[in-house]
Amino acid sequence: MHDMMHGVLGLYNYWIVIILMMTGFYTVIARPNLVKKIIGLFIFQTSVFILFISMAKIEGGTAPIISEGARIYSNPLPHVLILTAIVVSLATTALALALVIRIREAYGTIDEDDIHVQDEAA
Amino acid sequence: MEEHLINNVLLGLLMMTGFAIVRMKSLLAVTMLTSIYSLLSASLFVVLDAVDVALTEAAIGAGISTILLLATVARTTDEEKAPRHKPLLPLFVVVATGAALIYGTLDMPNYGDPMAPIHLHVAPTYLHVTPEEIGVPNVVTSVLASFRGYDTLGEVTVIFTAGAGVLALLGYRTRRRNSQDPEIRKMVVLRVITKLFFPLILLFALYVQFHGDYGPGGGFQAGVIFATGFILYALAYGLGNVQRIIPYRTLRIMMVAGVLIYIGVGIESMLLGGKFLEYRILADDPVTGQHLGIMLIELGVGITVAAVILIIYYGFVSRRH
Repeated sequence: MHDMMHGVLGLYNYWIVIILMMTGFYTVIARPNLVKKIIGLFIFQTSVFILFISMAKIEGGTAPIISEGARIYSNPLPHVLILTAIVVSLATTALALALVIRIREAYGTIDEDDIHVQDEAA
Repeated sequence: MEEHLINNVLLGLLMMTGFAIVRMKSLLAVTMLTSIYSLLSASLFVVLDAVDVALTEAAIGAGISTILLLATVARTTDEEKAPRHKPLLPLFVVVATGAALIYGTLDMPNYGDPMAPIHLHVAPTYLHVTPEEIGVPNVVTSVLASFRGYDTLGEVTVIFTAGAGVLALLGYRTRRRNSQDPEIRKMVVLRVITKLFFPLILLFALYVQFHGDYGPGGGFQAGVIFATGFILYALAYGLGNVQRIIPYRTLRIMMVAGVLIYIGVGIESMLLGGKFLEYRILADDPVTGQHLGIMLIELGVGITVAAVILIIYYGFVSRRH
């Protein structure tokens, strides 16, 4: 098992992360609904978080809180970066959703195709 | 071994949830799935030793983001229209990008490898220096609040800006007291449980705030949990009643005060002859100074985060349909 982890399976986490990332990316570019796009962006963001945190993991390590009896700690730096990234993701999501509400009030729809039609007619 | 198993099961569940989110048409269902997706990734972060990150993701991703999405769906529409174009081009772009990224991972070190370049530069220094110089056991807190205090100040400013931005977009309206859906009034269980949980949530927020040096937690998480308590109360008892406890004017002052506390600590350390945010100068003993500095800036972070989240929530909910 250990040898297998160092072969192809050693990159397994990253590949799943890429599949998740692409799921989010597809939702952003293929779906015209604005709320769905933001959710796609959210999936994309979360998969980037998982990518960073996976890189921080050390085999046999523990959470980076200094304590008796623990010798190997996972890397704390990506944890800090992602912790703050999550908070920033809330800021961007909130702002994007506020814009969606305003767009709905102005256009009566949150569908990108309908918005284009209205823009061209105007 | 079990760790790998749990890791793989969680990744599998994340993929299934992700695909379901793309396929489903009801935005209400998609919102709930997004919340599940976030909770699953929080669980994965625990397995990957990132306990602070897990706490943040659970509170923000699964909690607050879901509430904001629900508020948006309620104010717009639940039905997603079918796309007018065939998804062939997006599909091609996505597959090509994914293939390129997977090709890129072939050069990456294996998962869990202790000799990966990422573990060889600053991270060992942070782990070695923290116990003597900073004196707090949680290295994530020491890096966040002390070693990379400038970054975190920037982050707090981003949160502040987001609060101001949502305010500019949605405006704000005061609700009358006891103005709420009569349907919710009938839900006795929800209302009783909310009253029981409300003080406990606030107490837990204070614990997370002040115990962040020793265990997972800190200002960001505590601020979110604090705001969640009030949001829960607003959901069960109406926005008007919560606005009587924390009026909008108080929130606006809190939002600014948090950032000012943070900057104030930096200026105070400059006035004492050190550099901006050099905490060790704040007390006679450098380690005590670090403790004091971290506690104060985490408090500033907590106050701003809690205030901004409540302001955003007020903005979303007080807007007319």
